[in-house]
Amino acid sequence: MLEITDLHVRYGGIHAVKGVTLSIPKGSIVTLIGANGAGKSSAIRAVAGLVKGIEGEIIFNGRDGRTSLKGLPPESMVRKGIALSPEGRRILPHLTVIENLRLGAYSRNDAERIEDDIEYVYSLFPRLKERSWQKGGTLSGGEQQMLAVGRALMSRPDLIMLDEPSLGLAPLLVREIFEIILQINAEGKTVLLVEQNAFAALKIAHYAYILEVGRIVLQGSGQELLTNPKVKAAYLGG
Amino acid sequence: MTSAMFIQHFFNALTLGSLYGLIAIGYTMVYGILRLINFAHGDIFMMGAYFIFFGTVSFFLPWGVAAVLAIAAASLCGVIIDRIAYQPLRNAPRISALISAIGVSFLIENLALVIFTGLPRPVVQPEWLVKPLAFGNVRILPLGLVVPAISFILVAALLWVVYRTKPGLAMRAISKDIETTRLLGVKVNKIIAFTFALGSALAAASGIMWALRYPQIHPFMGVLPGFKAFIAAVFGGIGSIQGAMVGGLILGFIEIMLVAFFPEFSGYRDAYAFILLIAILLVKPTGLLGEKLEEKI
Repeated sequence: MLEITDLHVRYGGIHAVKGVTLSIPKGSIVTLIGANGAGKSSAIRAVAGLVKGIEGEIIFNGRDGRTSLKGLPPESMVRKGIALSPEGRRILPHLTVIENLRLGAYSRNDAERIEDDIEYVYSLFPRLKERSWQKGGTLSGGEQQMLAVGRALMSRPDLIMLDEPSLGLAPLLVREIFEIILQINAEGKTVLLVEQNAFAALKIAHYAYILEVGRIVLQGSGQELLTNPKVKAAYLGG
Repeated sequence: MTSAMFIQHFFNALTLGSLYGLIAIGYTMVYGILRLINFAHGDIFMMGAYFIFFGTVSFFLPWGVAAVLAIAAASLCGVIIDRIAYQPLRNAPRISALISAIGVSFLIENLALVIFTGLPRPVVQPEWLVKPLAFGNVRILPLGLVVPAISFILVAALLWVVYRTKPGLAMRAISKDIETTRLLGVKVNKIIAFTFALGSALAAASGIMWALRYPQIHPFMGVLPGFKAFIAAVFGGIGSIQGAMVGGLILGFIEIMLVAFFPEFSGYRDAYAFILLIAILLVKPTGLLGEKLEEKI
């Protein structure tokens, strides 16, 4: 569904992504793991059209057929069927929960089905329903993460990209979020998961890439990497 | 002062205050989204007045038709100004857009001076608006009722757009986080153009009603009301629509009442607003209804 070939991202003098090639098959969960500063976020932001002047090729095979995403502005991604739940959640703090969700559906014009999808998100995250009229900024970190995922779902994406959904969350909440990721994948969405929490990500991923200082150093199925001694030593605490 | 006189001053203040408020809303909306003080905003007000003048005097259009056309034309001018003078500078340092705004303002004023000439033009007031109504010994111009009423209807309509419609939702989102809003599929430049259109429409409406109230128009008529409305926006809390309206009303009341109660200082009437600005900036820079703005990086 998404093929990235020899992607380079540079910010000023920093060469953040140095020739990353990866592929995300339709219907799969693929994870990109690595430490802080490994270039994970830069890669995902490049796909979303948030970084200018990238090199390499990004091909998306979606509702419009095979198209290159390179050079497209971020606002065109949701229309192609790609949604990003950004790092740090980026909930609009002054808008209510339901307004945040409606904004997620901004590219759509089917008003009744939008209401159905809001109910669908509320069924995934019942806690958001209770907080429907609360401002986004008053939610807890976990609730904000749920809202960020729910908001990304509101555009009815074929590919959903999640940038560090576990960041700053208690283990129980991480498990809850990851169970939802499994569920939305089972319902047919392709998932690209960027994570520092390697253990949680590898457990649910079909395929994984490990990124170190801008390069892919290891790849394999989630299960394979979970038992790989190098991965164990570097990312899973021995 | 008699109570009859006070009531008359009250309606004068209400009129002036709502006119300031309508202009102030445009400043506050643009600032809320772009963090830009649109110095050309007062000139849109002036254009509204000229358009109504030409509509009614040169083309003999009925007042209502001329007003709608004038508002639409001024609104379009606001959008064009954004497209030409501000949009190319979206990613430039903020000071560049500010300088561009000052330049546009001078350009419009001087173009108006060339095209419309500097001669003040008399606006013909519809008679029913200026024939005083007598309530006992209180005499009020119908304008003093009509202007505040139209202003409040316009503000209510604007609030409906901002809080109940999809473009309004996008406007509110952009004001906090442009990048995330784009990610969600909002075409930011379109929404910004829409914001300029709305703000300019209100400024033009204010200019038209101003021309009815003070029926002499000239190319620089927007400068002082523009500055005062900007002060009203700061006073109300820049970024807040309700605040801009409240700020405008308070400013109108201060100006009219100070002159009414202390006629010997009436020569300083324009200074009050600026004294107020300095006072707010010293005491409560976020204004009455404003939230603390974090610096945008």
